[in-house]
Amino acid sequence: MDLTFDAAHEEFRAEARAWLSAHVPREPLPSLDTAVGFEAHREWEATLFADRWSVVSWPIEYGGRDVGIMEWLIFEEEYYRARAPKRVSQNGIFLLAPTMLEYGTAAQKERFLPPMAAGEEIWCQGWSEPDAGSDLAGIRSRAVRNDGGDGWLLTGQKTWASRGAFAEWCFGIFRTDPAAERHRGLTYFLIAMDSPGVTVRPIPQIDGETGFAEIFFDGVEVLDNQVLGDVGTGWSVAMSTAGSERGLSLRSPARYTEAAARLVELFDQAGRPAGSADAVARAYIDAEAYRLHTYWTASKVARGHTVGPESSANKIFWSETDVAIHETALTLLGPEAELLEAGSPGEWLDGYLFSLAGPIYAGTNEIQRNVVAERLLGLPRG
Amino acid sequence: MDFAFDEEQDELRQTVRQALARQFPVAALREFYEASPDGRATEARARWSMLSALGAPGLLVPESAGGLGLSDVDLVGVLEEAGRAALPEPLLETAALAAPMLATLLPAPSAAAALAALLTDDAPLAVGGIDVGVTGPSSPTTVSADGMLRTPRVVGARDAGVYLLAARDPDSGWQLHAVPAEACAVHPTAVLDQARDLSTVQWPLSADTLLAYGVAAEASVGLMADRGAAGSAAYLVGLADRMITLAADYAKERQQFGKPIGSFQAVKHLLANARVKLEFARPATYRAAWSLATAQPTVSRDASMAKALASDAADLAARVALQVHGAIGYTWECDLHFFMKRTWALSRAWGDAATHRHLVLAQARRAPLSPR
Repeated sequence: MDLTFDAAHEEFRAEARAWLSAHVPREPLPSLDTAVGFEAHREWEATLFADRWSVVSWPIEYGGRDVGIMEWLIFEEEYYRARAPKRVSQNGIFLLAPTMLEYGTAAQKERFLPPMAAGEEIWCQGWSEPDAGSDLAGIRSRAVRNDGGDGWLLTGQKTWASRGAFAEWCFGIFRTDPAAERHRGLTYFLIAMDSPGVTVRPIPQIDGETGFAEIFFDGVEVLDNQVLGDVGTGWSVAMSTAGSERGLSLRSPARYTEAAARLVELFDQAGRPAGSADAVARAYIDAEAYRLHTYWTASKVARGHTVGPESSANKIFWSETDVAIHETALTLLGPEAELLEAGSPGEWLDGYLFSLAGPIYAGTNEIQRNVVAERLLGLPRG
Repeated sequence: MDFAFDEEQDELRQTVRQALARQFPVAALREFYEASPDGRATEARARWSMLSALGAPGLLVPESAGGLGLSDVDLVGVLEEAGRAALPEPLLETAALAAPMLATLLPAPSAAAALAALLTDDAPLAVGGIDVGVTGPSSPTTVSADGMLRTPRVVGARDAGVYLLAARDPDSGWQLHAVPAEACAVHPTAVLDQARDLSTVQWPLSADTLLAYGVAAEASVGLMADRGAAGSAAYLVGLADRMITLAADYAKERQQFGKPIGSFQAVKHLLANARVKLEFARPATYRAAWSLATAQPTVSRDASMAKALASDAADLAARVALQVHGAIGYTWECDLHFFMKRTWALSRAWGDAATHRHLVLAQARRAPLSPR
């Protein structure tokens, strides 16, 4: 057991830190859930990509540095420490890309990964439907063979697609075998959002911004080379994304340790009020516990193990820690917590609103608790 | 960065786990609870011999002094397994606290004699006189009218050959003594967990037994408090794991409404909550062991984090396990109470969760969390 970073890791950290301190915009970018903010964040992705910092763990040929999971965690620590912008490409680079690297054809990887890494093509996720949320296997959007061509015609409705209002591409799951039961007969598709038959209806969130959207598919033509993995295996392909989403790649611990460190600063500025001390300490310790758990898991991954249903425990923990950090911050801000700065929520209020989505997206925490009970504790399915 | 145990460490843990499962199944724990005082002493001696044969008590003592010369990272798995078995003997006090402390004070004659009692005579060491609160360690040791010192809640006095006792004088500060059992008057204390051996010990203050005083003693006490927090965290992780397993097993068996109660979401979610809390207490507990083994500057904070997380995880596991068992869990006949009672004791020993959160926050400004 060695919890120190070696010289090569420290060198990597120093390089990342130096680059970030030279390049991170001094002023925060406008919200990425607005048209202007979206483009500003896209430019930032291009800046990252130009110096190979957008996807450090990817193979070099697709724009990465081919570094290991520890370097990725180090980069994330530095990224949050530098208070760099949110990642507008996160659905693509963190959720789709690991799946594509595992299941994609060489041609798909070559076609899709570099523009994804450069921020030229932003991806949204088309999984949930009005009647398929927690019960994701209840998907009804369907794909039928396109009689006239070598591909498929997609019909149906997807919803809660983050970045859906502005994205160029969508990765979605459609039913290709209407006779198959639930988890079978699903297929994973890659769809251009400007295809004829795609209609996007932005959905304003509780902060008023259009962070997500509904997507309607009306006979949308896609080619066979836009299927990821084999036809009919969409569920297992999708679950590898779901594992990434709940597990290591979506929510790096730096996000929480950085927020917890700022929470302690806020606590100091507020004069260390005794009534908040325990909540501040709890949030601070939980953020650190999450960081340690991540390094624990990453060490297993580095030794060739895979992340299993523990990713569900992970998702419960990071999402609830995030809510706790921000709730505590609002308590410290007291009567100032509700103030909008220049018409927008301040950083903590904005973070609080975002944190509230955490226990809902990526599979509700109730579903995750079922997974923990059934797959980690062996309880019978209900 | 390699946050994992090596093969020898995994093997040591497995060896201890199997030995305890074989020689100290829950039926033996029940017998121990219900045995006469003499019967208990006999059973305890037999178990201690088994632990001694594995080298567990002297695990942190250098090989040159007759120990195994291993580290806190090796010990943490052993303590976790002791927790899983709800081992009554003072392994934490002996192996994690007293023995390594005595080894650092060699060749002082009182330290040498105490280590000999441990390693040659196979007698455990008792520890007392240190409490942990929001201002750090304090001592419950007082001076009696007859000039003897009086230390309440000494752990392990019944079977120990030597007692490691601390006292703190408002003027002269801390003193640490290694007192032979025969020099003391021992008054057993009745406690809820009948397998736990607590006593009030009256002992004579003597230069012959002095191990350290002043600044040196204060540093020793501080390190013992850290090891006490980190070591009891490991014990609690083992206890929590055991209670969650007991409750999950019961939920698979027990039928209501024509199906196992474990198929109901209300029951699943209780157990999932306990399992998640345990999942995140574990790495923090192992990190505290590593910080002790490598004398990190953050060791006190790391031990406090571990204890805060493990105390809460084990307390929740106890509550959930009881609820899942329902009325049967509230009976003497059900094994669960042995593990709950040890949890309730250890979650508060060496500082409870809230105390350690307070201690972490007090240091949060000085030691930034993220690397900077």
